[in-house]
Amino acid sequence: MTIAFSDMTASPTRTLGSSGRRVSRFFETGSRGVAVAAGGVVILALGGVTVFLTVQGWPAWTAASGLPQNASSLWALAGPLAFGSVWASAIALVLTAPISVGVALFLSEYAPRRVARVLGSVVDVLAAVPSVVFGLWGLMVLAPMLAGPYAWLSAKMGWFPLFSGQSSATGRTILTAAIVLSIMMTPIMASVCREAFTQTPQALREAAIALGSTPWEVIRLAVLPYGRSAMISGCMLALGRALGETMAVAMVLSATPGLVSLQVLTSSNPNTTAAFIAQNFPEAHGMQVSALIALGLVLFAITFVVNAVARRVARPRKEA
Amino acid sequence: MTTTIISERTSIAAQRIEIADVSAYYGSFTALSGVSMTIEPRAVTAFIGPSGCGKSTMLRAINRMHETIPGARVEGSITLGGESVLDRRVDPVAVRSRVGMVFQRPNPFPTMSIRDNVLVGVRLQGRRLSRSDADDLVEMSLRAANLWEPVKAILSKPGGSLSGGQQQRLCIARAIAVKPDVLLMDEPCSALDPISTAAIEELIANLRRDYTVVIVTHNMGQAQRVSDATAFFTVDGAGQPGRLVEYRDTTTMFSRPVDPRTADYLAGRFG
Repeated sequence: MTIAFSDMTASPTRTLGSSGRRVSRFFETGSRGVAVAAGGVVILALGGVTVFLTVQGWPAWTAASGLPQNASSLWALAGPLAFGSVWASAIALVLTAPISVGVALFLSEYAPRRVARVLGSVVDVLAAVPSVVFGLWGLMVLAPMLAGPYAWLSAKMGWFPLFSGQSSATGRTILTAAIVLSIMMTPIMASVCREAFTQTPQALREAAIALGSTPWEVIRLAVLPYGRSAMISGCMLALGRALGETMAVAMVLSATPGLVSLQVLTSSNPNTTAAFIAQNFPEAHGMQVSALIALGLVLFAITFVVNAVARRVARPRKEA
Repeated sequence: MTTTIISERTSIAAQRIEIADVSAYYGSFTALSGVSMTIEPRAVTAFIGPSGCGKSTMLRAINRMHETIPGARVEGSITLGGESVLDRRVDPVAVRSRVGMVFQRPNPFPTMSIRDNVLVGVRLQGRRLSRSDADDLVEMSLRAANLWEPVKAILSKPGGSLSGGQQQRLCIARAIAVKPDVLLMDEPCSALDPISTAAIEELIANLRRDYTVVIVTHNMGQAQRVSDATAFFTVDGAGQPGRLVEYRDTTTMFSRPVDPRTADYLAGRFG
């Protein structure tokens, strides 16, 4: 294509349809096409996954035999696993949220600039550690370390339902799995929150300071309200990672098939969906494969619901 | 814990501000040099001058807001009703609870309700208010800010839902709800339309009765309309410190300025 440079600068008789615009029009349609295509790919991928999970898993939904663990129906299999996923993620989120917000506040409000930069990149590196490494560490280091405290907790606070029951001697409980998960979630949520906190408008900070706020009151009045939706989406990002996390849970957790239990210290623990799929897939065949794929659909649906809820909650409060 | 020399008080006590040989620095740059002036209570004092002349810096030093800018420091002495403001032993939080401030851009807490925006300063000071006392304070402050009528039915709506001019009046209500000794206003109308500006100017005229008001403005008409005394700051050139050139009552200042630089500036011959 010829770029008629003279047309654009010198020609006094340039008309609306002159050739100088043709180049930019090429890029206009081109960039639009690329954007539409990119959007389309995302939708297609999502649709493709859904179709795959639905079609391949279809036989399992009505099957009464041949399922993993000799389950009587897919629901009997999926229910406890869905519970395990949600329960482990929920515990992990309860541990993660305050720590992440604390880390983010420290980095954005309290730490000297240089400390914040170094520590900020440490947090980012933590996010990049592969989950199998966390799994190994959880299994070899954390679980044995926690067995003692678990025994103490169950002895002293056994009256509290979550801590009741005989505590695990190996420490490979759902609480340990949740702690490992929360260590994996914290960097994600902390960096999302820090990003938002540092962008708190100076005008809002000054409003708080000029009213006679201490640093903590500035955080309460300006930083946290401004970062509210980021905190929620950070939670949801972290929750998404926890729900789908497979390797670390599969390695750390000592699970009992089909169990639904809220006790977090005992040696019998519910399994999570993702870990179950990974543990059983290598030896599965026929109907079992369908069942595992159907479980994948269940997990997909759970994350979808979590995300949809998060979007509703995170949406800034309507003004006016 | 910093000791507080600034004492507690319960009612409005418009205070005289004595500024003696104040200089301000941002890092190695001298923004303001050798300012001495006395700001009278129950009057409006306007700071005018070209951009970069240090008038906002002077204003922010009065409630130590300059400390929020890294590298900024102020030397000299500022006293409020005889009590030192800049003294290191004085807690800036205590200073700011007695010296209210209104900013260039309206900055109500956007998600906080209108009512809570008004009460936030009082709550920060840890004062407990009964429900009816709080209601009275909200009404009184909003009335004083000429905002009561438009918002009395929507007090639970967020502060961010108001128009720009209303938001600025909400900020004024928020500042005066704590009954400050001094009210600092940093170009409070520069982000507002003429109608909102007129409303704020009328409000400033009313505030004069109770408060010591210091206002920075680029609008000389505004300085002339609202202020009792005017201080003209200027700067000789880029990199030079700003200085206080002339400070006298507004009428004299605008009719018979003494310093030729003031006369040039007021006549629009500045440069």
